[in-house]
Amino acid sequence: MSYEELGLKVGLEIHRQLDTKHKLFCSCGTTPPPEGRAKIRVMRRLRETQSELGEVDQAARFESLRMRRIIYEYDPSSACLVELDEEPPHPINLEAVRIALTAALMVGGRPVDEIHVMRKIVIDGSNTSGFQRTCIVSLGGELVVDGLRVPIQTITLEEDAARIVRAEADEVVYDLSRLGIPLIEVSTGPVLNSPTLAAKAAEAIGRVLRATRGVKRGLGTVRQDLNISIRGSGLMEVKGVQELELIPKVIDYEVRRLKHLASLVEELKRRGVQPEAVESQPILDLTSVFEGCESRLIKRKISEGGLVLGLRLPGFAGLLRGEGDVRLGRELAEYAKAWGGVEGIFHSDELPGYGIGRSEVDEARRVLGCGEGDGFVVVAGREARARDALEAVRMRAAQACALIPDETRAALPDGTTIYMRPRPGSARMYPETDIPPFRVSRELLEEIERSLPPPLERVAEELVKRYRLSNQLAWELIDSEMVEEFEAIVGLGVAPSVVASTLTEGLKQLRREGHRVENITPQHIRDYFKLVSRGETAKESALQVLAEIAKDPALAAEEAVDRLGLRAPPIEEVKAYIDELVSHVPPNERKSATGKLMGELMRKYRGRVDGALLNKLLMERVKAN
Amino acid sequence: MERWEGYSGFLLEMIRAAGAEIGDEVLVERPDGSSFRGLLMSKTELSAENILVVKLGNGYNVGVAVDPSCRILKVAAGRRPAFIRPPPPPSRSGLPRVRIVGTGGTIASRVDYRTGAVRPAISSEDLVSLVPELGEVAAVEAEVLFSMYSEDFTTREWGVIAERVKQLITDGVEGVVLTHGTDTMHYTAAALSFVLQRPPVPIVLVGSQRSSDRPSSDAASNLIGAVWAAARAPFAEVVIAMHSWHSDDSISFHRGTRVVKMHTSSRDAFRSVNASPLAVLEEEGGLKVLEDGFNPRGGGGFLYAPGFSDRAALIKFYPGMGPEILDYLEGEGFRGVVLEGTGLGHVARRWIPVIRRLTSGGFFVGMASQCRFGRVNMRVYNTGRDLLNAGVVELDDMLAETALVKLMWALHRARDLEEVRRLMLTPVAGEMGGRILPRSVDAG
Repeated sequence: MSYEELGLKVGLEIHRQLDTKHKLFCSCGTTPPPEGRAKIRVMRRLRETQSELGEVDQAARFESLRMRRIIYEYDPSSACLVELDEEPPHPINLEAVRIALTAALMVGGRPVDEIHVMRKIVIDGSNTSGFQRTCIVSLGGELVVDGLRVPIQTITLEEDAARIVRAEADEVVYDLSRLGIPLIEVSTGPVLNSPTLAAKAAEAIGRVLRATRGVKRGLGTVRQDLNISIRGSGLMEVKGVQELELIPKVIDYEVRRLKHLASLVEELKRRGVQPEAVESQPILDLTSVFEGCESRLIKRKISEGGLVLGLRLPGFAGLLRGEGDVRLGRELAEYAKAWGGVEGIFHSDELPGYGIGRSEVDEARRVLGCGEGDGFVVVAGREARARDALEAVRMRAAQACALIPDETRAALPDGTTIYMRPRPGSARMYPETDIPPFRVSRELLEEIERSLPPPLERVAEELVKRYRLSNQLAWELIDSEMVEEFEAIVGLGVAPSVVASTLTEGLKQLRREGHRVENITPQHIRDYFKLVSRGETAKESALQVLAEIAKDPALAAEEAVDRLGLRAPPIEEVKAYIDELVSHVPPNERKSATGKLMGELMRKYRGRVDGALLNKLLMERVKAN
Repeated sequence: MERWEGYSGFLLEMIRAAGAEIGDEVLVERPDGSSFRGLLMSKTELSAENILVVKLGNGYNVGVAVDPSCRILKVAAGRRPAFIRPPPPPSRSGLPRVRIVGTGGTIASRVDYRTGAVRPAISSEDLVSLVPELGEVAAVEAEVLFSMYSEDFTTREWGVIAERVKQLITDGVEGVVLTHGTDTMHYTAAALSFVLQRPPVPIVLVGSQRSSDRPSSDAASNLIGAVWAAARAPFAEVVIAMHSWHSDDSISFHRGTRVVKMHTSSRDAFRSVNASPLAVLEEEGGLKVLEDGFNPRGGGGFLYAPGFSDRAALIKFYPGMGPEILDYLEGEGFRGVVLEGTGLGHVARRWIPVIRRLTSGGFFVGMASQCRFGRVNMRVYNTGRDLLNAGVVELDDMLAETALVKLMWALHRARDLEEVRRLMLTPVAGEMGGRILPRSVDAG
């Protein structure tokens, strides 16, 4: 079946860090602190709360059930009392608001009249306050992708969450340096009906955001969430797709998964399995059945004082194993891990196996009362956890008879996804009363409108036309965010093609050769080309000089040139040398000897004196007689 | 006006004309063709007058500018935002009886959509149902005495609280927990310390620095610590229970006369000064008593000594400040002041004649230090000696706030200046004297 026939609908939520001076609600900077420094640790717990409507969010309740110890680690250079939830937030960062408004106007969005910051309850610990501060900056707008009008639903500004360091059953550790960095989120309507189209739309949004010149680049600065559904399925919110290339893979996986789950719904209906029949199954203690089995996991759990609990799944025989990487067994295991914090489950379609023998299987079936057509699931662990896990399995298996539930899932690097938690509703939002509303004045909008940056497509066209660059070189300049640098250096009087290739291919080559290109600042590059434009060194020395700077970023461009001996000698010295060379050649042979003489000159002055200049001086001298 | 909280002027008229109120689903149509549909929300006073706040379907609130050319339609009736109390925890038998008495503050507060600030709203009963762990620690009962911002407290509230606690002690509770706004909690703690001397059970004041409607609130862990101490601590004193540090796993119990709020917002705002906390309760390791010589639970000699005079003042001296304030206070009927002097206990020399005149007329002048840490010593410099000669009473290492409360208490019961001086210099509730160790000096 084609994607269209399946009724595939994808909406995007593209998140990107803003490159502002300060965080969204405090005066901390947004550049990560150096690695490896000692950190301060703080322990916290979070509890569920009610929204202003008196409702408790299901996703929040899910996290609250776990009541884990949350450890926050922070480097004082990148987190203050605001991140620690020990000081009220400061007013919203105007620089961030301007960038978001710029993006909004670029897609024809309608900025709200007053920005109201909300608290979105998130109690997995990723926000010290237990909520993420977020606000709608603009509603509506659209982008055209492959001829399809893709509506933009909202543009929001929110604080980035703390970075998870590690998670265990009872304790989760976060680092606070990322918390509070402004994130812009652009959400589209669910109109994308193919994996490739979704990727293209994500790219188009990325270009708009980059055109604002206010976003960060590099690993971890972009996060793409996908809202995926097919006809008849619930909505899957897949979080944290890091790379553009992964978008089609994730969608493809989800489509296969949802198709399989839809076929299971059909099959269970055909078998006449009612959700109630699953829900009414008791969770039974099977510890005595498995006491003697060879499974190392079960042995270990029992020796730690745990139990083995089992659940009959009526009518599920043969449905748990699935096909390839989409299996109901895997779904149930993900629920068990998420709700119970257990290491995994065993299900009847994979047994005997994993050290569990035929006799244990038969005995388990007997105790659980399984008939021929029934399946079962077994979990080992501490009683409370194992019970939570099987309750989640029972809930999910009952749903499987009737529908595909809404879920929040996480994208994995291999393009598959894993269950995280139920999908949160609007009950998790309430007003952030510590932050006054921000009035979006007409004056502010007009000012932003006046200085609206051009879309990147137009920037590329301009570069091609004005500087006679190839289309590819133009996009390379754009993609490496070097357009401003490029124009500034060309303004010094250096040939555009030389500058463009140095800034793109040149730096790429240095990186390939293992130089630490990140040490080279725009200032270094500008200063270097200033020397070139003044004839103090030759453009041929570019890569040598930049490589030297990459080794020792404390060097100024001029010092690097000197250290490498690439400074042009005084013009008189060059002229004197030319005189000397030419005087050794009889006058009538001079014209034909210019090639050879030029070779001599280049050998002596390569990288120091511009070849064109040498040629000009030589010709003048030869003509003079 | 609760049905239209935050709205006024023409916008309020338009909303009322539409028959809508907070919580209803409304549709706003503007002449430019744009429209917004969502729940009408109350708003804060910081929002502009022409802004209608709508909660969209995705849960976000946005501000929509409205003028009389717009249309507001009520689409459907909504329900008013309300707090729904979870069921209270099951009570277990055989646990110590602890009474939680609410007096207000952030620990019992919710978002106020009118002012946008947090205000006292949750009852003590609500707190108990929100923190079910309390049921494991004690047989908890709750009541609300009043619900006030602590900056609005006066000596009257101190008296009401003290009397209620005395009744509860007589009724035989095994501990009392008072929820309290943090701003002036240390003043109340000092006041109760002087009125309820050598009580038979712990009296634990507790607050929170993050309101209890936030997932990260310190209310729950502070309250658990407070109830734990009320039910089981070996000391029977007036103490403040608050976070020891930024972490949720350690609660400090500060003696009521030795504690001040030293941070505007941080969880560990309360610090013992010139003393260590009486004890800390740690998640791993349980209760550690840090000061001996406390009044033991069930010890005899309970004395109820109520009453405060509000004719006492606390004055912080600053460079260039003249003594006129003293004459003014005396003229207004005040009978004494505590000076927060500089360093070891000084004010400008030109204050000396005024002080001499006032003290000889029966006006009390006591000296504490604005340094907070360390004791006053007025025999080191000339100014100090001259101030002593003029009748100033050295208040040793008493906190200025505690000294003020003690003066209010002493003025109520002393017949003359001599008796005030005697009371002020007699330790009543661990408020002065003793050794100051190097480790106590950690103002950070």
